[in-house]
Amino acid sequence: MLTLNRLKQAAALSVLPIAATLVPAQAQAEEVNIYSYRQAFLIEPILDAFTEETGIKANVVFAKKGLVERLENEGQNSKADLVLTADSGRLYDVVNRGLTQPIDSAVIDANIPAHYRDPDGQWVALTARSRIVYASKERVKEGELKTYEDLADPKWKGRICTRSGKHSYNLSLIGSMIAHHGEEGAEKWLEGVKANLARKPQGNDRAQVKAVKEGVCDLAIGNTYYFGKMLHNTKNPEQVDWANSVNLIFPNQGDRGAHMNITGAAVTKYAPNKEAAVKLIEFLSGAKAQEMYAQVNYEFPVRPGTPLAGLVKEHMSDFKGDQLSLAEVAKNRAAAAKLVDKVGFDN
Amino acid sequence: MSNTASIVSTQHEATSHRHINPWLLTAFAIALLVGLPIASVFWIALFPEENIWAHLADTVLPHYVFTTLALLAGVGGLAILIGVGTAWLVTMCRFPGRRFFEWALLLPFAVPAYVIAYVYTDLLEYAGPVQGLLRELFGWSTARDYWFPDIRTLGGAIIMLALVLYPYIYMLARASFLEQSANIQAASRTLGCTPWQSFYRVSLPMARPGIAVGLSLVSMETINDFGTVDFFAVKSLSAGIYDTWLNMGNLGGAAQIASLMLVFVVMLITVERIGRAKQRQYHGADRYRELVSYPLNGARKAAAVTACLIPFAAGFLIPVLVLGYYAWDNFAYSWNDQFVTIARNSFLLSASAAAVACLIGVLLAYTKRLNQRRSLAIAVNFSGLGYAMPGAVLAIGVLIPFAAFDNALDSFMRESFGISTGLLLSGTTFAVLFAYVVRFLAIASGSVESSLAKVTPTMDMAARSLGLNSLQTLWRVHLPLIRGGLMTGALVVFVDCMKELPATLILRPFNFDTLATHVYQFASDEMIEEAALGSLLIVLVGLLPVILLSRSIASANGARKR
Repeated sequence: MLTLNRLKQAAALSVLPIAATLVPAQAQAEEVNIYSYRQAFLIEPILDAFTEETGIKANVVFAKKGLVERLENEGQNSKADLVLTADSGRLYDVVNRGLTQPIDSAVIDANIPAHYRDPDGQWVALTARSRIVYASKERVKEGELKTYEDLADPKWKGRICTRSGKHSYNLSLIGSMIAHHGEEGAEKWLEGVKANLARKPQGNDRAQVKAVKEGVCDLAIGNTYYFGKMLHNTKNPEQVDWANSVNLIFPNQGDRGAHMNITGAAVTKYAPNKEAAVKLIEFLSGAKAQEMYAQVNYEFPVRPGTPLAGLVKEHMSDFKGDQLSLAEVAKNRAAAAKLVDKVGFDN
Repeated sequence: MSNTASIVSTQHEATSHRHINPWLLTAFAIALLVGLPIASVFWIALFPEENIWAHLADTVLPHYVFTTLALLAGVGGLAILIGVGTAWLVTMCRFPGRRFFEWALLLPFAVPAYVIAYVYTDLLEYAGPVQGLLRELFGWSTARDYWFPDIRTLGGAIIMLALVLYPYIYMLARASFLEQSANIQAASRTLGCTPWQSFYRVSLPMARPGIAVGLSLVSMETINDFGTVDFFAVKSLSAGIYDTWLNMGNLGGAAQIASLMLVFVVMLITVERIGRAKQRQYHGADRYRELVSYPLNGARKAAAVTACLIPFAAGFLIPVLVLGYYAWDNFAYSWNDQFVTIARNSFLLSASAAAVACLIGVLLAYTKRLNQRRSLAIAVNFSGLGYAMPGAVLAIGVLIPFAAFDNALDSFMRESFGISTGLLLSGTTFAVLFAYVVRFLAIASGSVESSLAKVTPTMDMAARSLGLNSLQTLWRVHLPLIRGGLMTGALVVFVDCMKELPATLILRPFNFDTLATHVYQFASDEMIEEAALGSLLIVLVGLLPVILLSRSIASANGARKR
């Protein structure tokens, strides 16, 4: 039997010499292949640290769209071991399409609290961020805005800036409003916010804070880490002025807390280097990487006890985050997107 | 032409009676292969996981359609105005700087639309130098004190796109003007036309096929532009496709909008073909004389210089200066070993894609010339539709057949021989190359076809009656005659590949970057300074073909004078 197989192999190789040369040689060094929705330059330093520590080489394809489709079509021959995403929505997308496998690691379980992991082990959160309100220091008094619900109050007419309602971060926020107020309540709220917008939704989160600085609007909706990226921006010092023109408001501190989102990782169903993939997640959830996330990118570490330093500690360590399950938010995203169309939020 | 051409083909068929025509066979096979990704997109559109069409039609679709039509009309109109106007000026009039503008007007073509959009936003936004200066001059302090036109609007997008797309029309209109026989121009003047009438009633109608091809290229680039409309928050169909796919998680709905977009494009192509079919003209190779150019003086001279200077400055000079400034500032950060590899990747991939696309373009166009078959015309037109599809959607269309082939081969090899071939094509540079060819084939075959159409069928007849077969005729008669058009097509494909972004992102191998993807990861986060060096290099590399192109136009011109 064995010799027969050998013969067949030999035959195949002689019949298909071209195919044979195209098959990549079995890599000698250990590797892990990543499909990343996060920009390469953001994760590079952390991946370099991983390679240095473990000797495992990390290969990356970065794109903001299409990687899930690529993974799905490549099927069981896909070379990808790991998917990194910048939000919970995409993470659930990969999981719901059945493209992942459970991660089983005592190290990860010890590093990351249960509510930042999928109950079935299909994904792990690596960092957290909150979606908050940046308010003009000059034009908004302290305590004038307390909740997300307040954003729909007519007194803010013509004073709010935000990026597209369809952006993943806003869809999560609207998804959480659906969870708390039902679809009708959320629609009314979204209509109210739309009526208060100073301009058509455009640009990224940073551009909204810039608009506050420039007097286009008084309130901007944005993720927390952008504050650090602006305040400590040595390359573009004008961004420091943007950051200095606003106060950070963590909404709903009196009740459910500020809306939370995550970045995360999942191991692909047919990962050829599963072990290396799990090792990478172990590393990313470990003390060193978690500290780097906070220092380099101003995100919240999900590993308890990670020492916070500087800006994150000073401005963002003391607030109440919404404990709503990420699965619930993800479930509402489709409905949220339809609401955005329905109220013509982006038009 | 159909009469004479069918004579050629009848003769041909008579000689190869009852044989399988190798031209036809190859052409159909290639058209099929290139059409696969396009067919895949239709497939997704027809069988979506969840049908979202009703919701789209009820809410956002009318807005998308209206915006797209406005964008098309605006960009098309402005590009014709700039392209035809300046082409006429530099070809037919004499004024200072004419020699310079002849090639300088091509330069904006090297600037990607998304880059020019970033640059002008940076210049004209509130914090930019222009508004800053105004505030200082007039003592305003906030955005509420004064009115300033907002560049992030439909109007802004129209201007940005027209500024970098008009060279398509300029190039083709100029080539048409140059190819026109001086005798015809002279005849119109003897018959009492003023220079203006001669332009309007004789030269312009004769240049219409070229202009129409240029316009349809401009329209297709406009319809699938995503970078600019996304940055300016203009909700066109293209923006709608991405929104439906990525934010609503509905690839089927996205493919449906993409298919709707194709309807627009097919309409455009049909209009263009009807326009082209109505007028066919051939000229003998020996009747050229140099065109008579009109000397301009006084106010007209100044107006001509200004008219040429504005598109050159706005479409090329200003963006390059701004990028150069940022690149200088960030040079230490941006320049490293990686950068050389990235530039080489871009160059090699684009050059290969251009060569392959032209080869296929010649094959398809020449087969069409030999065989006036409806089915072939349809197949060739279908294979050109990739140009009208947004790159990312097309990339998914490439993924599907490639992965299916790889997996089928793999399981076959596993079952029969016990070895795994894995992914042979998916995730390789070949997949990227294939996507480029599918995406830009229309440019190559379009320019070959329009050059071939100018070669009178009597040439074919003469060559064939002298004993050449169809391949020899192509090699020894047609290729030398259409060299200019072929070259133009190749260069346009090359530059377009250098700029191509979405398909490259999705299909590329691990750790593989092109200049466009390298720029994108920064530019997408509005970090234009970090993206400047890469952008500048795309522009500079794009200049090479532009220089070659202007030289080849000039040498064609020179050869004619001799």
